[in-house]
Amino acid sequence: MTDDFSNIDVIVIGAGPAGIAAATKLKQLGVKRVVAFEREEKAGGIPRHCAHPPFGMREFKQILTGPQYAKKLVKTALEAGVKILTSINVVEAREGGRLLITSNAGAQEISAKRIIYATGVRENSRSARLISGMRTKGIINTGVLQQMVFFQKLKPFKRPVIIGSELVAFSAILTCRHAKIKPVAMIEAGSKAIAQFPMQFSAPLLGVPLHLNSKLTKIIGSTQVSEIEIENSDGKKKTIECDGVILSGNFTPEASLARMGHLEIDVATGGVKVDQYGRCSDPVYFAAGNLLRPVETAGWSWNEGQIIAAIVAKDLQGKLEKTASKIEVFSRDPMIKLFMPQEISLPQNVSAMQHIQLRFSANARGEIVALNSKGIIWRKSIKTQKEKRFLIPITQLLKDFDKEKIELKFLQKR
Amino acid sequence: MDNPNQDKLASGKPETKQLTDNVFDITIIGAGVVGCAIARRFTLAGAKVAVVEKASDILDGASKANSAILHTGFDAPKDSIELSCVQNGYEEYKKIHADLGLPIDNCGAYVVAWNEKEQQKLESILQKAHANGVSDTHLISAKQLAKSENNLTSHARAAISIPDEAIIDPWSAPYAYLKQAIINGAEVFTSCEVETGQFENGQWLIKTSRGILRTKYIINAAGLYGDLLDKKLLGETGFNITPRKGQFVVFDKAAASLINSVILPVPTKRTKGIVIFRTIFGNLAIGPTAEDQVSRTNNSTDEKSIKQLIAAGVERIPLLKDMPITATYAGLRPASEFSDYQIKANEAKNWITIGAIRSTGLSGALGIANYAFELYQKSGNKHKKIRKPQIPQTVILAEKSQRDWKNKDHGKIICHCELVSEREIKQALSGELAAKSLAGLKRQTRVTMGRCQGFFCSANLAKITKTHFEIPLASESKND
Repeated sequence: MTDDFSNIDVIVIGAGPAGIAAATKLKQLGVKRVVAFEREEKAGGIPRHCAHPPFGMREFKQILTGPQYAKKLVKTALEAGVKILTSINVVEAREGGRLLITSNAGAQEISAKRIIYATGVRENSRSARLISGMRTKGIINTGVLQQMVFFQKLKPFKRPVIIGSELVAFSAILTCRHAKIKPVAMIEAGSKAIAQFPMQFSAPLLGVPLHLNSKLTKIIGSTQVSEIEIENSDGKKKTIECDGVILSGNFTPEASLARMGHLEIDVATGGVKVDQYGRCSDPVYFAAGNLLRPVETAGWSWNEGQIIAAIVAKDLQGKLEKTASKIEVFSRDPMIKLFMPQEISLPQNVSAMQHIQLRFSANARGEIVALNSKGIIWRKSIKTQKEKRFLIPITQLLKDFDKEKIELKFLQKR
Repeated sequence: MDNPNQDKLASGKPETKQLTDNVFDITIIGAGVVGCAIARRFTLAGAKVAVVEKASDILDGASKANSAILHTGFDAPKDSIELSCVQNGYEEYKKIHADLGLPIDNCGAYVVAWNEKEQQKLESILQKAHANGVSDTHLISAKQLAKSENNLTSHARAAISIPDEAIIDPWSAPYAYLKQAIINGAEVFTSCEVETGQFENGQWLIKTSRGILRTKYIINAAGLYGDLLDKKLLGETGFNITPRKGQFVVFDKAAASLINSVILPVPTKRTKGIVIFRTIFGNLAIGPTAEDQVSRTNNSTDEKSIKQLIAAGVERIPLLKDMPITATYAGLRPASEFSDYQIKANEAKNWITIGAIRSTGLSGALGIANYAFELYQKSGNKHKKIRKPQIPQTVILAEKSQRDWKNKDHGKIICHCELVSEREIKQALSGELAAKSLAGLKRQTRVTMGRCQGFFCSANLAKITKTHFEIPLASESKND
């Protein structure tokens, strides 16, 4: 049986929290034909293999595990009339909303009036992190471990080390415990765990020694990992025996389609470039969720999906205000790791995203400032935290602006 | 196709093939690209061929990592065996690739001089190319270079154009050679390591890790272990392998559009230097480094070298700066103290050594196979050529070809980055050359070789391959 792909209003690419939320909201707002494509066998996205709480507080006022949450998201979408198609890959995204897809029915070209990209994130690979050493069995990301343990009831090792201390590293510990895998160490390059209170205390509590100021410098082993070498801030090296390496965190948007297609990419986030309406460089395309920046919670992405859906619904009705002018937001400051949206379309509107979401690359005290050609237009004292979200209200940047560019800077306190 | 041998490749659960009492005409030790090409050549000539490989999958030594360029031999040493094999191999590949369904991208190459000193060397490179018979090689100005390669920095001073350099699929090609040997009667024994051997009454009796094998003639195509195999079975060797490690960086596929041709440096005496090239799979890659080492197995990468490669790439192509890295890897080339291949027959012992194929094995393989067959014939050996050889079905992996994802009934896509279908994976896990390791499956299908490096499909693959691999990717877990 082939699916009917004619007269589609909106195609959502990716049925994770952001994509499902967007598709559901579109139906609730009366958009007729909404189809969500998921390339995996089941819809639900990453929460499907995060088999622990807390998920769903914002969305369902309940504390759920990831899989429970994913099921509930899908159920809600289906009830709203969203058509979810799984095991479908979008191979190419072309100008004007034309997509090349493949499924068991073969390759075909289809189109929709609007496309919402919601392809999410993944953890960076060993290669992308340029990690030295051998290519042996047992080096995987947290996401792979979760899928192996919860989907396939398999375990790739018994005594791994965990690299990184973002929130997901603690998910790695919980996943290991579930499969009776005993992590032997957690390795963090910084001077403290990145995940915030109370998680930062939980690695030792869960019996996993936390090595701070330590960089993974080499993976050793012939068929399977046998040990790793780490280096501390004094340049001292030591080895830790283990049979696996979990590369946790260090997320990057899954923006392959955009990279190979016509949409502009933002180098800092690794995702697509958008304005505060979530609009890409081709205005038929919108984006939501972690594709926009690494990385937010499922709840945040879900909310973002809803906001973008409302904008798209308005756009389809021709009610989205015409863009009068655009302001480019940029930064050359290494302290500012990434931010989005990268463009502000004027006029700003209550339906749009109300903040610039920003992340810093280190912990420091100082002041975040926004400048235009006349000087500082906005400032705020702040104690930055690595990987912690910081929000700049867009309306405050628009109080006194010229119509060119806004630069973001961090002034370190001396 | 009503050839019963075709089934051997197409179906059935993989089993490790058992050794028999048969006496083979030829046994090839080592199933690298060279061994595969030789197996094809001798089988088609009518010999009863055995191939023994110590790894669970073929192409597991030097052949697993190279730059996948089909060289013209423009810079090969004058009057060398390498030159004649590379050029003969190039011609042979052009002759057979369409029949075997193998791709070729005639992208051409430029040897680019980045400074004055290098520029001075271009003339001698050109003369050598002409002396080697690569006659369409010619000098071009920086301006002409910029016209066809507009993403290179303007620092380039001049270049030599070698229009016939090409890129091919480094794995599908040898798989096709060996598959053709198999469907025409050759037998392949994997996970089969040669331990000892005796030559008596014109026949070899080889003891392997999987039993006794009898053969009239042996061809040593053991690559990185060629010298050791000579020593082990003949008691002496004419060369010593010094493994030369080459690290590579593969950039995101978006980078492939930044160049059209292969960008070669002005070579040094020791190596061809760091090459910027596209792959037939649609990537842009940079490498190799050239690091002599003792270990024949240590193919580790190191951050410092990888960063240097990236920097070298960015220096020449500034737009690479913002491109993510897809993969890093290293290969070992079987270099020796000699600059030429070491191919020699020991007629008294019915033995040919194919040694020190240091960096042009992929280009030279088919030529080396012809060369080896000539040596064999000179020793008075004769067979009746197969008149109408069977042609195997080749897997199509080149980016711009009719990949399986474009067809109906592929099941579904398992590897999303490289668009590998369930059907392709099942095929690679069955038949005579069934993948028995992830490395083997990667070479046959490209699974996990894309951007995410297995983030999305590794768990699925662990399940699909559970009963297929010699060492499973994961073990059963009794979850709480």
